[in-house]
Amino acid sequence: MNITLLYFGRPREMLATSSEIVQLPAGITTVAALLAWLRMRGNHWENELADNRVRCAVNQEMVPLSAAIRDGDEVALFSPISGG
Amino acid sequence: MGISIQHEDFDVAAELAALRAQSAETGALVSFVGLVRDFSGGERIESIYLEHYPGMCEQALAKIIAEAQQRWQLIGVRVIHRVGELKPSEQIVLVATSAPHRADAFAACEFIIDYLKTAAPFWKREQTAHGAHWLDTRQSDEQRMQRWFPQGDMQ
Repeated sequence: MNITLLYFGRPREMLATSSEIVQLPAGITTVAALLAWLRMRGNHWENELADNRVRCAVNQEMVPLSAAIRDGDEVALFSPISGG
Repeated sequence: MGISIQHEDFDVAAELAALRAQSAETGALVSFVGLVRDFSGGERIESIYLEHYPGMCEQALAKIIAEAQQRWQLIGVRVIHRVGELKPSEQIVLVATSAPHRADAFAACEFIIDYLKTAAPFWKREQTAHGAHWLDTRQSDEQRMQRWFPQGDMQ
């Protein structure tokens, strides 16, 4: 399963990554599982993508970390929003 | 119903004139302009940097405006949000509403900026003499937002 990952705000800067296409190992079917998998990259990935820090959108809709992800999804990971 | 996300500054008078020209039924025109403050948490702000999620941001704003149009009788709505690097006193955001009557225009304008603050994907980083940091969603903004959803039916 391939998904597009986008990063915004603090994680984009700290991880020095704004987008990537990743092939997920079998069994990763929720945002929470995706985050746990990305945290295995270590260092900043572990800190910036902690469940209590990161917010998520799937296909441009805000979702809780329990949300499902499917092949071809656009998954965005970001810090809490702060516009206006 | 115009939505613009841009780096360039905007001319409030020109935007209000355009809203005014939409309909002779307009009896009220309300605008909110958000500015960059020079101090935050006791620290002098040198500049702020705003980024957004292209695509999702426009969709979120369209949804917020549609919700306002359901709640109040409006004629026109204009939202402009700037992105990129901005200095103190610069304009960040414009929300302008027009309606036959002022109560609708006032309420809708406040609703849209409150909702935008907590639901539109923008991120703000403050640059001070001691470094830069990304801002969190302010608790006071979340509380203001909740006032509009007393039944807890916020999406």
